[in-house]
Amino acid sequence: MASKDLYYVPHGSKWPIVATLSVFTFFLGSAMLFNHSAGANYVFGLGILALIYMFVGWFSDVISESRAGNYNKQVDVSFRMGMGWFILSEVMFFAAFFGALFYARMYSIPWLSGEGNGGVNGTHEFLWSSFQAVWPTNVMPDPSNALGGGQAFSQFTEVIPAFGIPAVNTALLLLSGVTVTIAHWALKERKRKALVFWLFATVALGFIFVFFQAEEYMHAINDLGITPNSGIYGSTFYLLTGFHGFHVTMGAIMLAVIMFRSLKGHFSKKDHFAFEAVAWYWHFVDVVWLGLFIFVYWI
Amino acid sequence: MSTVTQANDHDHDHKPTGLKRWFFSTNHKDIGTLYLIFALTMFFVGGSMAMIIRAELFQPGLQFVDPQFYNSMVTVHALIMIFGAVMPAGVGLANWMIPLMIGAPDMALPRMNNMSFWILPFAFALLISTLFMEGGGPAGGWTMYPPLVLQTGAAFPFLILAIHFLGISSIMGAINIIVTVFNMRAPGMTLMKMPLFVWTWVITSFLLVASLPVLAGGVTMLLTDKYFGTSFFNAAGGGDPVLFQHIFWFFGHPEVYILALPAFGIVSQIIPAFARKPLFGYASMVYATASIAILSFFVWAHHMFTVGLPVKGELFFMYATMLIAVPTGVKVFNWMATMWKGAMTFETPMLFSIAFVILFTIGGFSGLMLGITPVDFQYHDTYFVVAHFHYVLLTGAVFSLMAAVYYWLPKWTGHMYDEKLGKIHFWLSTITANVLFFPQHFLGLAGMPRRIPDYNIQFADFNMISSIGGFAYGLTQLLFVYIVIKCALGGKKAKALSWEGAKGLEWSVPSPAPHHTFETPPRLTKAMLEH
Repeated sequence: MASKDLYYVPHGSKWPIVATLSVFTFFLGSAMLFNHSAGANYVFGLGILALIYMFVGWFSDVISESRAGNYNKQVDVSFRMGMGWFILSEVMFFAAFFGALFYARMYSIPWLSGEGNGGVNGTHEFLWSSFQAVWPTNVMPDPSNALGGGQAFSQFTEVIPAFGIPAVNTALLLLSGVTVTIAHWALKERKRKALVFWLFATVALGFIFVFFQAEEYMHAINDLGITPNSGIYGSTFYLLTGFHGFHVTMGAIMLAVIMFRSLKGHFSKKDHFAFEAVAWYWHFVDVVWLGLFIFVYWI
Repeated sequence: MSTVTQANDHDHDHKPTGLKRWFFSTNHKDIGTLYLIFALTMFFVGGSMAMIIRAELFQPGLQFVDPQFYNSMVTVHALIMIFGAVMPAGVGLANWMIPLMIGAPDMALPRMNNMSFWILPFAFALLISTLFMEGGGPAGGWTMYPPLVLQTGAAFPFLILAIHFLGISSIMGAINIIVTVFNMRAPGMTLMKMPLFVWTWVITSFLLVASLPVLAGGVTMLLTDKYFGTSFFNAAGGGDPVLFQHIFWFFGHPEVYILALPAFGIVSQIIPAFARKPLFGYASMVYATASIAILSFFVWAHHMFTVGLPVKGELFFMYATMLIAVPTGVKVFNWMATMWKGAMTFETPMLFSIAFVILFTIGGFSGLMLGITPVDFQYHDTYFVVAHFHYVLLTGAVFSLMAAVYYWLPKWTGHMYDEKLGKIHFWLSTITANVLFFPQHFLGLAGMPRRIPDYNIQFADFNMISSIGGFAYGLTQLLFVYIVIKCALGGKKAKALSWEGAKGLEWSVPSPAPHHTFETPPRLTKAMLEH
């Protein structure tokens, strides 16, 4: 292959060290916030600003290098593989939270209510012999012992039904998977206007999803009394939907960047790795949502 | 973007100078060097904590430190040695050697590579700063079990975020290695022609990418349990502290192989070189490595036998654990068969490698004992466990890293190290490490618990012997630093092929290796592809 005749090694760059410092500042600020340390807000704010500066700067550099034609076929393959493995690591991150959900539903709740008694442990008799397994656990094994320190859990009576907002959100995300694919076809057929239009539709669907999700949170907290402090149901509900919502937001921002780049005439029929990477990410977020819809909301 | 074109021109071997060379680096050799120096530094930081532990345990009773500080030493020693010493040393070697071994110009994603490294000092700044905070450093053990770890003071969020930071670094490093190996091999370097060190590292990288995000998820749940009122690990709300142990060890057991597999790769390079014979059973070595990696995801609960698991679960995890002995045994027998009737010489790298095979096997056997459920009920959380994992991690992983440094120092520095001093370092290390850890088997079998600063008077003799071994081992490592610095500054000139029997592409480039190598794909001859 001709492109392999000379390897491409990028020149040194300030961005990796800037990225390290900004993540460090962000983490330092977060830790200080948790500890209520003086000046935590400033460090945290600085960290956020530094992160934004770094993302914008690093990606601008990479985009201009890509536009200048520095990246050969081999670099393109490296980027593709890198993105693929990054998505796998994200899958495993979500796996931890799904694992927690399945563990709670299949083991800890039944055990706390006495299943497998004697065979496994005597938790039920020794601790809370009146606790009965239900899912969603709106009655905690020990309702007065949140945070392990004698505070009350926040109780709730009903949960968000699957076939309300969540079903609409499922439709929105699935539809956005279709629109991003139509945009990809348009890119391959060199139809610039259609590309931008369908990307815009995808971004819009993404943000509508996030809006509905926020509405649902308001409803859950204000009307139903479901909070992260609502025992294992509230814990798994908010961590899973929260991290997913964060990923959708990130994905929608990334799609928006791709849309603006398309408007400026970036990407060609053959050379559009950034588009594909973001599309993969979007589909990943979509698949995670299907898992959420089924296991968090539906069954 | 003038510098962009500069990187593409044909003026080879221009080295950036000054601080920029290190802070902005995209050079795998410079980044590898940074990793290795950092790892050695942290080896001494973590080591000095071990010295505090051994000083406290020199005699029964409380002598030097209070129990809280003792426990934070135990905790931080482990985190530093795992995430700060052994893993970075392995990644440093991977950085330096993989591109040279597969004929690539550099790592596939050089800027991400730089970030992977520079995260480390900052992450450890977060972690080590906790020792000076109100309530002291984290003292609940490196395994961070709730509810104990949730009692940590101001150190808690720093601990969690340091773990996140280290995880980000390792995941990026692992992705980089996978992409390099799959995308950057020179034409003709097929997968089954790759040196075993490359194979073990690519498989290790799979483990990293698949297991570290799970740890990140687990510690995130700890954080929300402490600060946001969630109940993941609180039975009162329907959660379970044992859930954390499952999540942690789903990461933790693959992590053990993340530390061990590169060691297997290193000795698989060194033993053939000094036995002057091809590696016995190359293909079986590759398959054995892959088998160990896959099995490592199905054995995690053998760390939790005494926590009250259902019997069926205990049996499953016991048998799965036993199964790992098969591919590991394949490896040990292959190393022995490689040496069989070889024209062996015993330079320092070979000595460390042979010691690795013997002492790692001892650690493997004690691991088998611990993997037997009913027997583990007696050994669990005793010094037998401490002895076991120090045999596999110190005389295992660390010895292989020492072997690797001696083996490749000529390639890095262009000088041969002082062989006589190297041999002294080897013998002192081997003897003192055994004086340090062998008695701990007896202590554990007799019932001495781990992570306690005081002990019954019956354990006094063995503890004193162990502490003496510990101090001697610690001092011996200063000799290692002296040998490395001496070699970097001068010594007998090293040839491109620094060892008579060494095989592989890395020996086809001059010693020291020039700043840039393989800028165009090398033409590989059949001889270059021999193992």
